[in-house]
Amino acid sequence: MALLELRHLTRRFGGIAAVDDVSLGIEAGEFFTLLGPSGCGKTTILRMVAGFDLPDGGAILLDGHSLADIPPEKRPLHTVFQSYALFPHLSVADNVGFPLRMARVPAAEARRRVADMLDTVHLADKADAYPHELSGGQKQRVALARGLVGKPRLLLLDEPLGALDHKLRSAMQSELIALQRNVGITFIFVTHSQPEALALSHRIAVMNAGRIEQLGTPAEIYGHPRNRFVADFIGDINLFDAEIVERAQGTLQFAVAGLGHIVAPTVDSPGRRGVFAIRPEQVHIIAADAPTELPNRFPGTLREFLYVGDVTTYQVELDSGVRIQALLPNAAPARPQLAAGARVAVAWAGDAGLFLHD
Amino acid sequence: MREARTGLWAAALLVYLFLYLPLAVVVVYSFNDSRLNAEWVGFTWRWYRVLLADEGMLHAAVNSILIALGASLVATVLGTMAGLAIHRYHLRVLPILVITPVAMPEILLGVSLLLFFIQVLHLTLGLVSVLIAHITFCVGFVAIVVRARLAGMDESIFEAARDLGATPWQVFRRVTLPLILPAVIAGALMSFTLSIDDFVITFFTAGVGVSTLPLQIYSMIKIAVTPEVNAVSTLLMLLTLAMILLAARFDRTVLRGRG
Repeated sequence: MALLELRHLTRRFGGIAAVDDVSLGIEAGEFFTLLGPSGCGKTTILRMVAGFDLPDGGAILLDGHSLADIPPEKRPLHTVFQSYALFPHLSVADNVGFPLRMARVPAAEARRRVADMLDTVHLADKADAYPHELSGGQKQRVALARGLVGKPRLLLLDEPLGALDHKLRSAMQSELIALQRNVGITFIFVTHSQPEALALSHRIAVMNAGRIEQLGTPAEIYGHPRNRFVADFIGDINLFDAEIVERAQGTLQFAVAGLGHIVAPTVDSPGRRGVFAIRPEQVHIIAADAPTELPNRFPGTLREFLYVGDVTTYQVELDSGVRIQALLPNAAPARPQLAAGARVAVAWAGDAGLFLHD
Repeated sequence: MREARTGLWAAALLVYLFLYLPLAVVVVYSFNDSRLNAEWVGFTWRWYRVLLADEGMLHAAVNSILIALGASLVATVLGTMAGLAIHRYHLRVLPILVITPVAMPEILLGVSLLLFFIQVLHLTLGLVSVLIAHITFCVGFVAIVVRARLAGMDESIFEAARDLGATPWQVFRRVTLPLILPAVIAGALMSFTLSIDDFVITFFTAGVGVSTLPLQIYSMIKIAVTPEVNAVSTLLMLLTLAMILLAARFDRTVLRGRG
């Protein structure tokens, strides 16, 4: 049985469904992420699980029991807020000790647990400091410690890394993974940042307009997006409207708008319309006149490239006028030295890319 | 630059003189060893001794303090509740209802309360009617101060407290109250000073039997401004000043506590 189960969960605001018939199960010990653009309903789900908002339909079950009539303070779960929500009038130790005090944990035991928790988040020396004396990263760790010290069944995290700068965020991501593994508490993480979701999660639910578009492991979501929205939202991708023309030699011939015919894998039948999606790292850039064994090859002109240290992304305008993005690691030995305006060709394998339904 | 600055200082000095000179005169003449407020004769504590022997004045002072204590206590509780409610539920009408008595001309408030007490409640005017009247205009002040304090706060703090196991009462007791306490104390001190020197509303709602310090002073100067009036005014001034300084001290804490 799943630790937390959402059954046909629905929440409307003024006639618009912010959460629209969402059902999913989260297993004990899982690092589960709700990922989606702002306004997709992920935070509303979190607030309903925490008890700050009530569903208009459906049920939330913890260990098989409905949470409907249980007020927030009685739910065995804690939340880490985006703003950290530390109590400004309490010291770090008193902030972390707050849930223990509310649970009437004996003072001596509470002190010991707070000290242990502060050790875990590397803040033992800040026990007597007040929130306004802390840096963003330190506040973040206090909020985490406060959420974990009461050993909740579930920890809900609402964009907790959103306010941190890039380097601190990477460091906190690693800490978060280690922390979750050590304490063994189930995490439900809400974010709009897809690299963060991919890096942290055991499973991800990609949400859009109140619904789950796809639920799966990071590799499944990235490698096999189920539709145009997921493909577009997770990572960079080239998308072309396409129609399957014929089946030949185990692969399919596509008519792709602006490209002509290509060879690509699919299980669908001829006549089907949809989207052909290919990741930039699957597209090769070769010299305009170079021979290649790759079945999909189109000549074009290099328009722009973006060097970002580890990789370079290239924008190539094909002779048909369509633009396609390619990505090469800068350490690759055969990386062509190219300038904007150069004649090149793009090519990719017959088993690369995906055919998606709209 | 320097000249402009000197000019500014001079202008400021004139304004302060204009504001405080009359008060200073009252204070100085309360120590003047003469029945007349005409010329300085010599220093004396005499008028303060006369004051302490004046039973009517002492009675009025006790009334004033009782009313001010009662009114500030009740207004602080009600005003704090109003401030919290206005903030939490994003109300539109309640703020206007609570704050209107603050902006309303006192004479209007006095007359309408008088009519209300006599014609609607059939209340005999006295300490109770004055107390109720003072509460009505103090509530708004407390609500404004408390609401201002709450306005800069992160809402999720209160949700976090619930989330971490606090009942609504515990949230108020452990989080909300400690955070708004400076504003609550400042509101209480302000209410006390507003109540203790209110004249207009008290005049309308006190009836014949009850006197407060401002009413007593007024009845005395109808005859002449005696040095005794100067003395009681000086004491009242001192009390008010102390209250305002105290309130400002808490108010500064309000400012420092932000962010």
